[in-house]
Amino acid sequence: MAESENIVAETAEKIFADLADAQTINRDNKGEWKAPLWQALTDAGLPLSWVDEDCGGSGASLAEGFSVLSAAGRFAIAVPLAETMLAGWLLAQAKITSPDGEMTVVPASPKDRMTVNADGSLSGKARSVPFAKAAKHFAVLASDAKGGVSIALVDATKGRIETGLNLGGDNSDTVTLDKVQPVTIKPAPKGFDQTRLMLMGGVARSLQIAGALESMLEISVRYSNERIAFEKKISKFQAVQHNLARLAGESAAALAAATSAADAIANATSFNDEVFLEAVAAKIRCAEAAEKGGAIAHQVHGAIGFTNEHILHRYSLRALAWRDDFGSESYWAVELGKLVCNRGADELWPLVASR
Amino acid sequence: MTAALRFDPIRLPSECEQLRKEVRAFLAEEIAAGTFDPHKPNREDTDVPEFSRKVGARGWLGMTWPKKYGGHERSFLERYVVTEEMRVANAPTRRFFVADRQSGPVLLKYAPENIKMDILPRICRGEVCFAIGMSEPNSGSDLFAAKTRATKTDGGYLINGTKIWTSSAHIADYMIAIFRTSPPTKENRRHGLTQFLVKMKQPGIQVNPIGQITGQYEFNEVVFTDFFVPDDHVLGEIDGAWKQATSELAYERSGPERFLETYYVLTELVRAVGTNPDTRSAEGIGRLVAQVHTMRRMSVSVAGMLQAGKEPVVEASIVKDIGTVWEQQLPHRVRDLAAFVEETATNRETLEKQLDFAIKTAPKLTIQGGTTEVLRGIIARGLGLR
Repeated sequence: MAESENIVAETAEKIFADLADAQTINRDNKGEWKAPLWQALTDAGLPLSWVDEDCGGSGASLAEGFSVLSAAGRFAIAVPLAETMLAGWLLAQAKITSPDGEMTVVPASPKDRMTVNADGSLSGKARSVPFAKAAKHFAVLASDAKGGVSIALVDATKGRIETGLNLGGDNSDTVTLDKVQPVTIKPAPKGFDQTRLMLMGGVARSLQIAGALESMLEISVRYSNERIAFEKKISKFQAVQHNLARLAGESAAALAAATSAADAIANATSFNDEVFLEAVAAKIRCAEAAEKGGAIAHQVHGAIGFTNEHILHRYSLRALAWRDDFGSESYWAVELGKLVCNRGADELWPLVASR
Repeated sequence: MTAALRFDPIRLPSECEQLRKEVRAFLAEEIAAGTFDPHKPNREDTDVPEFSRKVGARGWLGMTWPKKYGGHERSFLERYVVTEEMRVANAPTRRFFVADRQSGPVLLKYAPENIKMDILPRICRGEVCFAIGMSEPNSGSDLFAAKTRATKTDGGYLINGTKIWTSSAHIADYMIAIFRTSPPTKENRRHGLTQFLVKMKQPGIQVNPIGQITGQYEFNEVVFTDFFVPDDHVLGEIDGAWKQATSELAYERSGPERFLETYYVLTELVRAVGTNPDTRSAEGIGRLVAQVHTMRRMSVSVAGMLQAGKEPVVEASIVKDIGTVWEQQLPHRVRDLAAFVEETATNRETLEKQLDFAIKTAPKLTIQGGTTEVLRGIIARGLGLR
């Protein structure tokens, strides 16, 4: 996962630095930065990182793709890069070729279900689907009456979309499919289910949150070294130093949890309890870090960080918003707690110490 | 980036898994034989010399040290596995833990050869117990305020003064202590301290017990009156101990002992809740497990950096800061959830006793081995704020 060893992540990082500077984006009310950024990402093959070359993608490894997401988090990217990567990955599970353009995955919450009807059409409602409005296609996971799981490519214009916005101001829409015939539908591989998709999405969000926290730490440290109050830099006040040390701790915890989970998934030979623990623990701990760390970053910035014109909200609000996608930390904590209790007290430590 | 923190997802290599099985089997045998009770962290007799010797005989002390000193030349990660299994089992490690973690590495680095050959093999056999003499009355975390004097005399030094909060001094065979050999200079208030090896149980040392609010007896006041230390017991540079002492502290910052000290209450909570938890219990347990998993991943990551020969000072301080704050809060969060445990839960009494003890233990966790405030100062320095 080290960036220096990863040319794909380096490419992403360079594009973000050139075309997704937070200050520039923050001043651009019309969203004119989006098209050139998406074009550059597409030219570099990044949205289809996880799709094999023979299916139209760039065939990067899972690990390489995950480090693209870390970088995307550090820039709090507000285009559907993670979503298109996830959609391409989902389609690739069923060997469905990815089309060009923006995509997203449906459903995006573990509580929503999409159904395959007897005639092969799809029905169902999915809430809080990130960037549904911007997507040209949906990658849909659906189940039929017999419990069979299918993966489908759906033309986005065939669905009904009710626009919504998340805390960060990005699209988070309700998608309704009413007997929509997919472009392609194929059975999911054996053992693949919605939990698997949610955990992959959750790890993507964990990496993004961890990246956003890294940036919040960086800009908070920088600001504390610039801002003078009571005749000295606020970085010289012990109370401020201790707050920043705590922010570093939250950032570090998020980074450790997210990269560990990404590594676990990238190297998993089966989707067992240990991989489940890694993935849900990352989502839970990163969400907690987003709350605690974001609060400190705002505290250090004082009133200026609370304004629209400052870039802090680009990171803090997105980190908070990402907590809700693919299952909130509360949802996964319940699932993890059930798993732990079900295995029994004496199996808890062996689970924690398994890796 | 100003503050690039790295926590690579280190995985324990396969040799660690075999070792883990051996340690678990050994601990199970000892529990079955009645050497210790894993459900009773509040043991009256935390000093169990024969247990130390058995651990030494297994090759689990001085694991990373050179073979010529009785060590086993194994990795930090293997040592990590032994430490965490002992900790989780509530094994009686008091007699050997400080020597293995901290004092041995100091001797390896700074002691003359004859002392190394004498003491290190005995540590590896589990025969000697060490204490650490850093804090003094009115110094504590302010290491450089230490006043206890070492005055040069023929063939050695005479020590006068008092150390305090010294864990295990009452059973220790040796203490590694810092004493004042010169006054601090204007330019450097850290100057003037020297590290010494002190042989305990000699005339001129008086050890006075200090009771703790847990009901345990662990730390002491140690009074030196014209106590003689020979020249070859000086460790490292005269007047330059501050560098040595701060690197020594790095050994005690990020290990599993820094987030697992109250872990037992979580295990007993899961037992009491049973296999079909209600939503609130499941959510609470799930969060705590996610947190301990994350702490452990961070701690293993730092162990990997140590193994790679790096000096992860900031990362280790972060692990200790959030690890100790976490293990301090854990009994209180478990208590929140224990309120909903059925009266009939089979281990309810064990859980309650453990909670009482853990809640009493909690206040010390963010004090020992560098207070939260000191650690946050180190982290702030690493962030470029001071």
